[in-house]
Amino acid sequence: MQDIRNYMKMTISGQSKNEALARMCVSAFAAQLDPTIEEISDIKAAVSEAVTNCIVHAYPDKIGDIFIELKIIGEDTIYIKIKDKGIGIPDVKKAMEPLFTTSPETERAGLGFAVMESFMDRLSVRSKEGSGTTVIMTKRLNGRYEQTDK
Amino acid sequence: MSVQLKNSGDILIAFLSGEIDHHAAAEMRFFIDGELERSMPKLIVFDFSGVEFMDSSGIGLVLGRIRVISGWGGKAAIENPRPLIRKMLSLAGLQKLIR
Ligand SMILES: Nc1ncnc2c1ncn2[C@@H]1O[C@H](COP(=O)(O)OP(=O)(O)OP(=O)(O)O)[C@@H](O)[C@H]1O
Ligand SMILES: [Mg+2]
Repeated sequence: MQDIRNYMKMTISGQSKNEALARMCVSAFAAQLDPTIEEISDIKAAVSEAVTNCIVHAYPDKIGDIFIELKIIGEDTIYIKIKDKGIGIPDVKKAMEPLFTTSPETERAGLGFAVMESFMDRLSVRSKEGSGTTVIMTKRLNGRYEQTDK
Repeated sequence: MSVQLKNSGDILIAFLSGEIDHHAAAEMRFFIDGELERSMPKLIVFDFSGVEFMDSSGIGLVLGRIRVISGWGGKAAIENPRPLIRKMLSLAGLQKLIR
């Protein structure tokens, strides 16, 4: 059983200007774990990668919805789920290889998953062609969750 | 605009600032390429001192400009990256451009 101490769910419109908004929301939620500046930058970078992938790859010809779910697990761990109902990834293992990209012409570096993997503690990617992709990341922070009233 | 350009003939310095993500990179790319193609410098220097955040879109931005400038044999260098930017550059194998 997960010991969930706090949570938040949101749906954002997949417009590129919302990349910054998603980063801000997640870092505001993570602030209750009293993270270091470096931990916050790592989390922001990982979120930016996952959200940008939804905007750029999942919904190539339209603006779709991005579903974000955040949890504080135990005293020190942040859980981040970023999900889309887009085109999906045919071969997840291959997509996660550093430098692999299906959009070199738009100057993608193929580093998004590598960033998520190296900046967070755990990364899991589930995807089904035609129905969407779910990215789950967790990171244990050095600060700790302050028990609040009620 | 989060790019300031300084051109001294052979060298184009791009002072970047703010947050570089996919949204911001599109405009930066357009602006830098206009000047690159007009002046065809031997070196482009990216000054990252004002950059507070960057994701892999910033790597795409640097790599794309290197592709443009190498069209006439030009080179690129990076100055003043903060720790997160440095980490991102190392992940992409671009730390050798930092001077
Ligand atoms: N949410 C998604 N929906 C559909 N395809 C995806 C999704 N996320 C990633 N992909 C696929 O996986 C590939 C690798 O993703 P990754 O983020 O590592 O690199 P990139 O987005 O191509 O480049 P970068 O992130 O460096 O700009 C993408 O090129 C794309 O084909
Ligand atoms: Mg990506």
